[in-house]
Amino acid sequence: MSDVVSSKRVIPDRLGSKTSRLLASWEVLLFGVAVLIFVFNSFASPYFLNAWNLSDATFNFTEKAMIAFAMALLVIAGEIDLSVAAIIALASTAMGAAAQAGIGTPGLVAIGIGTGLVCGAFNGLLVAGLRLPSIVVTIGTMSLFRGISYIVLGDQAYGKYPSSFAYFGQGYVAWMFSFEFVLFIILAAAFGILLHATNFGRQVYVIGNNEFAARFSGIPVERVKFILFLLTGVMAGVASVCLTSRLGSTRPSIAQGWELEVVTMVVLGGVSILGGAGTIAGVVIAAFVMGLVTFGLGLLNVPGIVMSIFVGLLLIITIAIPIIARRIKEMSR
Amino acid sequence: MNRLLKNREILLTVIIAAMIAGFATRAQGFASPGNLANIFNDTSILIILALGQMTVILTKSIDLSVAANLAFTGMAVAMTNAAYPDLPLALLIVMAIGIGAFLGAINGYLVWALRIPPIVVTLGTLTIYRGMAFVLSGGGWVNAHQMAPSFLNVPRMPVIGLPILSWIAILIVLGAWFVLTRLPFGRAAYASGGNPTAAIYAGIDIGWTKFIAFVVSGALAGLSGYLWVSRYAVAYVDIAAGFELDTVAACVIGGISIAGGIGSVGGAVLGALFLGVIKNALPVIGISPFAQMAISGIVIVLAVVFNARAERKAGRIILRDRGAKEVSA
Repeated sequence: MSDVVSSKRVIPDRLGSKTSRLLASWEVLLFGVAVLIFVFNSFASPYFLNAWNLSDATFNFTEKAMIAFAMALLVIAGEIDLSVAAIIALASTAMGAAAQAGIGTPGLVAIGIGTGLVCGAFNGLLVAGLRLPSIVVTIGTMSLFRGISYIVLGDQAYGKYPSSFAYFGQGYVAWMFSFEFVLFIILAAAFGILLHATNFGRQVYVIGNNEFAARFSGIPVERVKFILFLLTGVMAGVASVCLTSRLGSTRPSIAQGWELEVVTMVVLGGVSILGGAGTIAGVVIAAFVMGLVTFGLGLLNVPGIVMSIFVGLLLIITIAIPIIARRIKEMSR
Repeated sequence: MNRLLKNREILLTVIIAAMIAGFATRAQGFASPGNLANIFNDTSILIILALGQMTVILTKSIDLSVAANLAFTGMAVAMTNAAYPDLPLALLIVMAIGIGAFLGAINGYLVWALRIPPIVVTLGTLTIYRGMAFVLSGGGWVNAHQMAPSFLNVPRMPVIGLPILSWIAILIVLGAWFVLTRLPFGRAAYASGGNPTAAIYAGIDIGWTKFIAFVVSGALAGLSGYLWVSRYAVAYVDIAAGFELDTVAACVIGGISIAGGIGSVGGAVLGALFLGVIKNALPVIGISPFAQMAISGIVIVLAVVFNARAERKAGRIILRDRGAKEVSA
């Protein structure tokens, strides 16, 4: 029956106390999971508790998390972008072609981020401008963007990036903190402020909860959505710069399947796939959880494709648990 | 609305005919009956999967796990065949359909009982099923020489001019047409996607309808698993990677609304044939096969734009209604 009920959340008559609400929140639960995995990993492998190993582990999630921040906003607004991994491929191909032509590092970065911007604008134009459903549009553009990379590269690869370009994916800002990790922290703060402390962030929530009401309250729904797609494209471009710099080469199959991992990260972070709810803090913790899980399994010599089973299970189970818990609660009432 | 849909099918037929005629001017014999039969045979698996996908999409859901389901089932059947070459083929086919239906039922159960959005469920099971195919095979391959001759040859056997693979596709097209237009389940599927609220008031169990749609899609994916492995005479973890998008593309091109409730069997078949003709024509007219991905991307985007035009209701809409937006989640 509840398939037709339009409101996504039940508003209780009385809220619990502040501490009890905090303790029951998704973010705290997820943080507990992260701590558990951390403790488990340190017992499971003697190599886990090592500052440099842990620093290496952050590379597992920093690039995906950068996209996940923007994707979180998009999902909160009730849309989705499945083309992000394809944007990484296209941006990386563009940078590779430019590097062969002898363009220097600043130019490469501009080209990478610029490609992301253009791709994001294209998605935004189709979804917000022509009011098309984002899921099919981005399935289409995903095929288009990566397809262009395949046309350009075929079975070839680009290498020969300037040596200063390696800093973004391989450089360290201070001690064990890599450039990527520092960028991840800065972006987390920036997106946290954008979502939780600005008018724009409020508008994103309103659109996700009730687009109809958002229109009546004078929120420029299309413009907000367009900006969100633009932002997601730019973040995919930034991630592409980092990933390309880290790998030092470009193949058209680069970052294949990342869109699923990014969406998993967002949903695991407690963002409602139906829109209207979620926090950046949740996504940050989810990034750590996924990074720790894959790193821990890697130390135990579990092959990558088996790890993906865990990621898939993690996605379904973390969504199912609150639903089952709510149902048990309703039954006992 | 009905007339618009009819138009879509006629339009697609005309476009496909024009494409074939155009390619025939570049390559002698492209339009010969033998080659057209080859293209149809080559597209059979896509047609079968697209019909399963269509059933799911009609109920306002999406099944992204079909290709992973195909890979797992194909691997399971191939390994069984390699280990026990004496098992009758019929048993293996029943096994393929059974495994596929079971994997589909897992999707359906999560959507039905836990009300998790279908896209999330099938994104998750997509990685899980393909991972399971790896666990099952240990990353190994099952090659042609390990498979029994009947396992490989039956789908290729010609019957009245067409291979059995093509006949299976034709049977399934007829079956899908019958189920979706003549049986209560078909009505329920259209109703629960077209207007869920009205469907509930009409006494239709939406959750159950979705569950059955996922089981159907899974069963067809399982059958396709056997057909794929037999046709390409090899089974490995990555077979049909990304093929789920082709099935969605075939549906979108065929005019099946991603918002549910709109679409016809003929549209899905023509959508699949459209992609099949392009795929077969590219090498013939000398375009790199690497271009295929970008071309299907452009076609999907154009089809979505086109669908939106066709579905837009008559009259002025000042504010878009919320119901139509629900799918995008």
